Amino acid sequence: MTPQAEDRPGLINARPVRHPGRWVAVVVIAVLVAMMISSFVTNDKWNWSYTFQIMVQKPVIQGVYVGTILGTVIAMAVGIVLGIILAIMRMSNNFVLRGVSFAYTAFFRSIPRYVLLSLFAVGIGYLYNTFQIGVPFTSIHFFTLDYQAYSSTVWIGGLALGLSEAAYMAEIARAGILSVDKGQAEAAQAIGMSPGKTMRRIVLPQAMRVIVPPTGNETIAMVKDTSLFIAAQITLELYYQATLFGSRTFQVMSGLMAATLWYLILCSVLMVGQSYLEKYFGRGFGAPSAKAQQKLQQVAADH
Amino acid sequence: MSTTQHSGEPLVHAVNVTKSFHGNQVLKGIDMDVHPGEVVCLLGPSGSGKTTFLRCINQLESIDGGRIWVDGDLMGYADRGGTLHHLTDKQIAAQRREIGMVFQRFNLFPHKTALENIMEAPIQVKGEKKAAVRERALALLEQVGLKDKPSAYPAQLSGGQQQRVAIARALAMEPKLMLFDEPTSALDPELVGEVLKVMRQLAKDGMTMIVVTHEMSFAREVADRVVFMDGGVVVEQGPPNEVISNPQHARTKSFLSRMRQEEQEHVEHLLEAAQRKEPDLLADVEGGQTAAGPRD
Repeated sequence: MTPQAEDRPGLINARPVRHPGRWVAVVVIAVLVAMMISSFVTNDKWNWSYTFQIMVQKPVIQGVYVGTILGTVIAMAVGIVLGIILAIMRMSNNFVLRGVSFAYTAFFRSIPRYVLLSLFAVGIGYLYNTFQIGVPFTSIHFFTLDYQAYSSTVWIGGLALGLSEAAYMAEIARAGILSVDKGQAEAAQAIGMSPGKTMRRIVLPQAMRVIVPPTGNETIAMVKDTSLFIAAQITLELYYQATLFGSRTFQVMSGLMAATLWYLILCSVLMVGQSYLEKYFGRGFGAPSAKAQQKLQQVAADH
Repeated sequence: MSTTQHSGEPLVHAVNVTKSFHGNQVLKGIDMDVHPGEVVCLLGPSGSGKTTFLRCINQLESIDGGRIWVDGDLMGYADRGGTLHHLTDKQIAAQRREIGMVFQRFNLFPHKTALENIMEAPIQVKGEKKAAVRERALALLEQVGLKDKPSAYPAQLSGGQQQRVAIARALAMEPKLMLFDEPTSALDPELVGEVLKVMRQLAKDGMTMIVVTHEMSFAREVADRVVFMDGGVVVEQGPPNEVISNPQHARTKSFLSRMRQEEQEHVEHLLEAAQRKEPDLLADVEGGQTAAGPRD
């Protein structure tokens, strides 16, 4: 027997499941947020107007541009380039290259960034006044750099943080490169590509999809780590400048809040940029493989 | 052993090729000549070394012993006064330009569109002008029946369409020799036909092809010669009619009867599927062949 048209089930118009717990949570959160806002507004000690004043002071803005932003850019540029080189060395057939990469990573991962910055500020200037490249044991020099001219500048700070960052970026880049199917390199070789071109045109662009998200996290972490610059006597930097204003006027909290708000703004902008980058490098793909994600979580956990 | 008479130099000349993986000898002295314009199908059970041999021809695997010449070039080595010298990676890459390869799992570049996949090698490897390559790539897409898909990413294409793009990608380098490594094994049964159709046309146009395949009907119809391999040696070879219809060796016989059985099941499966959902498909299944027409 075939059912008549009117007997056949039509569109589903079902009642949703009720979630009373969610409503309770929303109410609790709303009350807590209201309490927080009320304290911000009613407690004069917050002194928001002075906080905002500090945020737009010229030295603070300069600190944002030079110390925080330029410092992050230098550190991440050094970190990413050196990190990819270290990752490729790590996967080389040459055991010396593999060993160097391994030792580098082990060394820089073990040194706290604050200590590293101090070392760069004090130690290198004390040991080597000038930095020269030439033929060993002779007086022939191709290149001479006066270290003193650069100490206590964002260049040295960025370099120090970048060297540390490269150790982490190497692991991230390696996980990314390993996540690309071996058949991709074979296909590139089969159409006559050299190994270098295979890496640049085929493997790395696909590895970027796996590399970009954790690199975004690293960049955001780096923005915050520039607040350590004072260890290398680098004073043109957001945290130092903002708190300086605060302590000079005995409004310590306003100085700290000015720095906090700036870090919030910078990191929020970076997060938006990261999502665009992920979209770009994710073209033609779904989500990264479960295995790659697991590897990256390990890298993040090591941090 | 080849029964076909050829004059002139073979395009592929392999002598006593041996290869081991971790002490396990996969190729135990393979001799094979393939002449220009010839289509050779390599048949055999899995683990017989046919895929490995194919990968040795374009140096995706290095060989332990023997020699392989392609178009007169010794692959992977330079012979200087009787001493062999390893070629550099760049020199090996140059040798591969003349040899196209199609993989079982397509291996298209997922971050590039179909057209970009095809254009990549002529531009990056040969350094040709973009505009000319683009025109040729579009013509190749048309040749493989995908002229409306230039801007599709591989993930947006079916397996059969991806494999046809992969064939076009290999052809873009204008190779003298095409290697096919089980090009239809990873495809759903109803998508096999569209890939075989492209390969059949390629054979008709005179391309020299070495095809590792389990498609018996394709081998019977298109191959000039089939080579049956088992346990790392060539057991038997000759024109498809002789080897497939009248095998001389017990190993060939048992393999072929197993394949025939599978093929039978495969055809039944296709017919069943066709009856179930798409009566139109029945028209495409001609005379027991597994070939279904291109379905986009």
